[in-house]
Amino acid sequence: MAMMPHADPAGPGTVIPEAPPAVSAAGQIQAKPRSMFRRGWEVFAENKLALAGLGFVIFVVLFCFVGPHIYSTPQATVQTQDYLCHPSGAHLLGCDELGYDIVGRLMVGGQNDIEVGLAAAFIACLFGSIYGAVSGFIGGTVDAFMMRIVDAILSIPFVFVLVVLARLFHPGTVELIGLIAVTYWPAPARLVRGETLTLRTREYVAAVKVAGGRNSRAVLRHVMPNAVGTIIVQATFAVADSIVILSSLGFLGFGIQLPSTDWGSMLSSGLNFIQQGGYWWLIYPAGLLIIATVVSFNFIGDALRDAFETRLQRR
Amino acid sequence: MQVAARSGVDAVTGYLIRRLLQTVVVTVFVTIIVFGLLHAIPGGEVRAILGVRASPLEIRNFSREWGFDQPVYVQYGKWLWQLLHGNFGYDLKFNAPVSTLMWAPLLRTVVLAFIGTGVGLLIGIPLGVFQAVRRYSVVDNVVTGISFIGYGSPTFFVALLLVQWFAIDAHIFPAFAPSATSLAGILADPVALILPVATYAFVAFALWSRYMRSSVMDNIVQDYVRTARSKGASERRVLWGHIFRNSLISIVTLLGLSLPVVIGGSIFIEFVFNYPGMGLLFYNAAINTDVQLMLAITVLSTLITILGNLLADIGYAVLDPRVRYT
Repeated sequence: MAMMPHADPAGPGTVIPEAPPAVSAAGQIQAKPRSMFRRGWEVFAENKLALAGLGFVIFVVLFCFVGPHIYSTPQATVQTQDYLCHPSGAHLLGCDELGYDIVGRLMVGGQNDIEVGLAAAFIACLFGSIYGAVSGFIGGTVDAFMMRIVDAILSIPFVFVLVVLARLFHPGTVELIGLIAVTYWPAPARLVRGETLTLRTREYVAAVKVAGGRNSRAVLRHVMPNAVGTIIVQATFAVADSIVILSSLGFLGFGIQLPSTDWGSMLSSGLNFIQQGGYWWLIYPAGLLIIATVVSFNFIGDALRDAFETRLQRR
Repeated sequence: MQVAARSGVDAVTGYLIRRLLQTVVVTVFVTIIVFGLLHAIPGGEVRAILGVRASPLEIRNFSREWGFDQPVYVQYGKWLWQLLHGNFGYDLKFNAPVSTLMWAPLLRTVVLAFIGTGVGLLIGIPLGVFQAVRRYSVVDNVVTGISFIGYGSPTFFVALLLVQWFAIDAHIFPAFAPSATSLAGILADPVALILPVATYAFVAFALWSRYMRSSVMDNIVQDYVRTARSKGASERRVLWGHIFRNSLISIVTLLGLSLPVVIGGSIFIEFVFNYPGMGLLFYNAAINTDVQLMLAITVLSTLITILGNLLADIGYAVLDPRVRYT
């Protein structure tokens, strides 16, 4: 389960090859800036799993956001006459206990999962990156203080915190995005702080000071752009994790509330009918979609990590 | 020689003292965060206990009697002082001390999580070593595929699938965990424990085979491996006596870091299998807005995590002398 903040499995022993410190003027003219992204893309595209993952993510997005315009089902009101109906021509994957068409339900739920996943990952990584960069850049006592807060939040089993928050505030989509971001930001903060510790000793950061630039400029314009690879990779994993977190909350009944839904909430009604047996369409479609989407984002993240490392290697 | 040994011990002590101080600071932050969080309840804790129909007078009297009318920092101070004496507070919903409600479920959770994660480690770590040695073989690719799926599967869905396949479709194992409340009663019904243990084990296997694979692959190219080979050590000795032992070092820290995941996962596994552990207790406390119980469980499980991380770091410092000097 992807709930652990993604520790680099390679461990602290891995040495990321450093970029050569200076590029000759001629080299700069020859190698246009976009070429390094093209090289990154080439490495990414060599990874078949990552391409499959990217393809699947595009498919899911189209399915959820364009799908309802093609396969239109009533998703606002309960359809009692369709109670737990079996899959048929009218309902491709049957209906749930409120008579909602499962395929349509997957689309509605998927919209929420993707929106919450992307937004929570974006906010958590943006805030976490700035926090980590500032902490690492200032260093000393301030850094120690800021990092102990991160340690504290990371050691609280965040499922408990989320359940408490979700229970207390009866959240909608926007609140859930905020709640997930609040519990997730320490992971990118710690990573970017580690990266900043090495970046802040570089000449170009020292040059900002010499040139009279403020610290905020050094952090925002020089440290963070150079940590962008780490941040983007982490953000990709964060999307996967956020979708798992939202599904888990939904499964416990604290997710997106009726008449809307999310994939995890769909599974919680599956649990209610599992004892009676036979209602496979309440379990497999939503569950497999969660796994496939999460695995796809993880594949993309792994390939991006390779791509960014190679980009640094060859530049 | 003696001098070197002494300075090594001093370095360890210094590291441990620094690490202990950090732990104290983190613990204080945790209590502030969790306490503050649970006192942000809309309408307040008193209304959560007395219900929405309580009159203002009842609320005022109750607040005065139990100290809820005092400022938050006073309440926090009192609560922390009690906590330092091992008192997790008094549960006004169950009308009993929180600790009496909590210890038995905690023990049950620890037993189940320990067995399940242990089984997962026993499978995952040797498999990870095998994968690294035979990398890109068929077995490696298959296991990598399975662990990727396991890594992407929410714990609750793994539990749900196991129930569907082995309890509903095949009738091999019961769908529920043992219903006995005593630990002996639970362990006396091992068949009913199989599915919950398998859920923990699968989740752990997916994580640890992957970590172990990359840890071994990092170590396999190190100089000390070449040295061991060149001095004539057998392949078996090189793998298990040198590579395996060094690979375990980084796994120790990750084990400490994974504790919140294991503890958090208990809520889903216990929810699906209806196992009367701390996770289920917490779920019910959340449903009933039982603030004292939620507070106690969250703080206790966080303390366990912090302690686990501390032990992992101490283990790391003992195992790997390089750590002490950083």
